[in-house]
Amino acid sequence: MSYKITSKTIDDNLKRKVSEISGQMASKCFQCGTCTGSCPMIEQMHITPRRLMALLQWGQADALRNVNTHWICASCHVCQVRCPRGIEIPKVMEALRLIKLRTNENYIEPSNLQPEEIIDLPQIALVSGFRKMTS
Amino acid sequence: MSISYYPGCTLKTKAKNLESSALAAMKELGIKVEELDRWNCCGAVYSLADDDLIHIVAPVRDLIRVKERGHDTVLALCSMCYNTLARANHLMKNDEEKRKTINMFMDEEPDYAGEVRVVHLFDYLRDDYGWDKLKEKIKKPLNGLKVGPYYGCTLLRPKEVALDHPDNPSIFEKFLETLGAEVINFPMSTQCCGAYQVLGNPDAAVKVSHEILTDAVAHGAEALALTCPLCDYNLGRRQNIMQEKIEGSPEVPVYYFTQLLALALGLPAADCHLELNRESAVNLLKDKSYI
Ligand code: SF4
Ligand code: SF4
Repeated sequence: MSYKITSKTIDDNLKRKVSEISGQMASKCFQCGTCTGSCPMIEQMHITPRRLMALLQWGQADALRNVNTHWICASCHVCQVRCPRGIEIPKVMEALRLIKLRTNENYIEPSNLQPEEIIDLPQIALVSGFRKMTS
Repeated sequence: MSISYYPGCTLKTKAKNLESSALAAMKELGIKVEELDRWNCCGAVYSLADDDLIHIVAPVRDLIRVKERGHDTVLALCSMCYNTLARANHLMKNDEEKRKTINMFMDEEPDYAGEVRVVHLFDYLRDDYGWDKLKEKIKKPLNGLKVGPYYGCTLLRPKEVALDHPDNPSIFEKFLETLGAEVINFPMSTQCCGAYQVLGNPDAAVKVSHEILTDAVAHGAEALALTCPLCDYNLGRRQNIMQEKIEGSPEVPVYYFTQLLALALGLPAADCHLELNRESAVNLLKDKSYI
């Protein structure tokens, strides 16, 4: 995936919001790719965690709104324990999720879950899934 | 030492086999725990937003219940509960500003500053009970059981609550060795099973869980031991779906670590509620004459 960066696509608001919510500075990332190399969910992601950090550094809000990376992230924290810059990447992912969820939009619809699925799911799956993907 | 036991929601229903085997094993080992009488759901995942303190209230309330009881330690069996309680405790101990806000918000509760110690049964066995003492109690060693320890995420990450080195842990291996089992190391033992993505992106969860199982089998494991009900769901209960979706998916018996502990202590199989495990898990135990 390639992005054209012009003065018009730069929106520092999103970057500021993410850092307010997450307490993390995307600018600290030096693009080593350790997070990407460690991430178990990478195959299903539109863009890698490293690229997501780059788009954030450049304030590419529109591009970030359209990728699924933070929705595929399982908060496994492996990127966090390995990041040489000490960035808590799962917090960045959570901030990007919350920016959407706080507008009262869900990523998954609980009412679409099938009863036979719900009956089998452990409570911690439902609670954590709803915490991460519903408003 | 006085220990409160925090079960969490899943252990009373879907993961009854984790709770009943653990309680029976602790009783046999002489580890006295008392279940909190007024516990609430910990929230399952720790809030990762700096401006979101409301989700920290639930786990802190549980910790206050422990302190109120006069207990100095709370023990969790579910990995997700352990992680959430331990991180909330860490915050209350170390972040003065947030501690103040949370205490002020919960003005009906006594103030809390992280006085309670949060442990998982694993670090309790290692640090307080001791592997040597555990070894003396083993009546039916699991000789010849080739089992892979699957850690998952929440016992090892993030660092502030890790039971062991996040990338190179050995606590689970040590535990299984003490039970007499043959430990099979495999590289994916600390990789995420997909966790709650089973709700949002089930195919992604199936894919990563499949990778973990195939990796364990490729390294010679005939069974997997784990600690978390969500891992058990993704790696154990959903093996049927995995086998439907991905050709050649292996059938792997999966156990909670406490079920293996209870059996090695010579406790009756009824304490393990094996009807909640896969059929292959029961068959393997019969084949090996452990039950
Ligand atoms: S591991 Fe850290 S520094 Fe390296 S690319 Fe990822 S976020 Fe950036
Ligand atoms: S926390 Fe999310 S982004 Fe980081 S490695 Fe895990 S799944 Fe990937």
